[in-house]
Amino acid sequence: MKSFVTSLFALSLLIAMSGCPAETKPAGGDAAAAGYGNDTVKIDGSSTVFPISQIMAEELKNKKDLVAEVGLSGTGGGFDKFVRGDIDISDASRPIKDGEADKAKAANIEFVELKVAIDGLSVVVHKENTWVDCMSVEDLKKIWEPGSTITKWNQINPEWPDAEIKLYGPDSKSGTYDYFAEAIVEGKKLRDNYTPAVNDNQLVQGVTGDKNALGFFGFAYYVENTEKLKALSIKKGAEGECVAPTKETILGGTYKPLSRPLYIYVNKAALKRPVVKDYVSFYMNEGQALVPEVGYVQLPEAELKVAQDALKAAME
Amino acid sequence: MSEPPIVSINPPINEPVMRLKMRHFTSGAFQVLCSLSAWVGIVALTVMLIVIFQMSKGSLDWKFLTSFDSASPNRTGILVGIWGTFWLMMMTSCIAIPVGVAAAVYLEEYARKTWLTSLIQLNISNLAGVPSIVYGMLGLTIFVRYMQMGNNLLSASLTLSILILPIIIISTQEALRSVPQSIRHASLALGATKWQTIWSQVLPASVPGIMTGVILSVSRAIGESAPLIVLGAVTYIGQTPGKIETIPQLIQNPAAIAQVPTSSYTVLPLQIYNYAALQAKSAFRHEAAAAIIVLLVILLLMSSIAIFIRHRFQKNLKW
Repeated sequence: MKSFVTSLFALSLLIAMSGCPAETKPAGGDAAAAGYGNDTVKIDGSSTVFPISQIMAEELKNKKDLVAEVGLSGTGGGFDKFVRGDIDISDASRPIKDGEADKAKAANIEFVELKVAIDGLSVVVHKENTWVDCMSVEDLKKIWEPGSTITKWNQINPEWPDAEIKLYGPDSKSGTYDYFAEAIVEGKKLRDNYTPAVNDNQLVQGVTGDKNALGFFGFAYYVENTEKLKALSIKKGAEGECVAPTKETILGGTYKPLSRPLYIYVNKAALKRPVVKDYVSFYMNEGQALVPEVGYVQLPEAELKVAQDALKAAME
Repeated sequence: MSEPPIVSINPPINEPVMRLKMRHFTSGAFQVLCSLSAWVGIVALTVMLIVIFQMSKGSLDWKFLTSFDSASPNRTGILVGIWGTFWLMMMTSCIAIPVGVAAAVYLEEYARKTWLTSLIQLNISNLAGVPSIVYGMLGLTIFVRYMQMGNNLLSASLTLSILILPIIIISTQEALRSVPQSIRHASLALGATKWQTIWSQVLPASVPGIMTGVILSVSRAIGESAPLIVLGAVTYIGQTPGKIETIPQLIQNPAAIAQVPTSSYTVLPLQIYNYAALQAKSAFRHEAAAAIIVLLVILLLMSSIAIFIRHRFQKNLKW
């Protein structure tokens, strides 16, 4: 019996130990070599752009057996990998920063910036919020600027209730935060006493569960939750025209200043590989029809043309 | 409890009776408290399971298990996540168990108690409490960037191995300590070498304890997502590691296994995070629940295999 125990144990250890080196042997014959061999497109970056890059990858997997990998390290995390040459494409919800572009230059990485879709940052309140439908950019600035002293609704407008205003927003690592700060506060930072969330569904839940809440996030998340949330119209100046975030206003460019372009940054050297070339070409042409499926707005034709031309130039 | 007064003209007759009642009450209360504590865990787990099962309604089917991820909740599936988790688990166990057990054997059976070994011991205990994301950064710096392994299953399993090594070492040491010294002495007295004693007597006797540590630590490893995100695990990928999509493919084409360690991967916790937190469409919440059930089933399967091995060895212990 003892020898049985020993052999069983020895066997299990043997399997455990011998299993590993066997796996690390160099690759032998690959049975199912597709048109692209084993080459894949490596994409990482913004979680806002992720659904677009994902749906393109999915479509091309079905059509051409093209394999793409999409990560979500966030816009900053994506650029960090991009400027090291770890990835082929960086998804970004804001333009590349000077510091990041410098790093790319230092590493001899040439890239092309392509606008791929438009997102309308939506400022949202609880469905049962009856007092506000429209807010001016100036009021939003008053609420969100660093050191803001506004804690109650009636501090913005005396007609509004004497209730605490609960603020929800993405955390400072997200590109959404950067864009909102730039567009509304005209700075790099927002006030720091609000409830930050690492993902947008958390924000949706926060605002849904609080009658006095005010938050902002991407249009896609508002569209999916219209029965629970109310999006505010935005006006410029007290007398400005109120514009609600809709597909038409975002596309037409009247929803300002919270319409923001979404980008992909493509490594020019990687564009020489057929797999990357085909992926990006599809992204900027036929694939554009898929953009509304994931809740974003397609680029106006003129802007799309600009992006397509930039891509053509980069491929030559 | 107050002592009865020493000088008492009329000592109350019922005092000892009261004390006895009080003692029995305390004893009973303690039992209730303990059983309540045990039930808290069970009730919480049951409630969670019921909620998750209700949420997953209609999502958990064969198609969900065998499809690639998708931007549409109707088409999405967790095939890539299941294989990713499977391979990560296998490779991590392959690396961590032999190394962890060997380290524990050295520390318990061979090393003399010097300041150096106690320093190592202290470090191991501390490492068990380090947040997992720190291991992710370590893995990124050493395996992915310095050793240039890339963002693949190999670097991920090495990182997770380091993450779970402390737990394996500590539990193995504990198991080795529980083997009576007399067994070692008897073996040595019969002329066995130190190696024969450890391999044939001490290790088999401590397998049950080792397995407990292994179950706990590997379960922890497969639930991790933070270190993997840091390492560069992707969230969507259009192929499984080594392009092995079914079990028959695994058996018929063993050569493909060679490509697994260098494959990109995603794991179930990452897919769940994506479904639950990032996707805007609320239908994805059902998919998240379904994926959670699959993860739980994998965990249960693993635990039962380990428990089976444990029983096997316990039965054969005859001292």
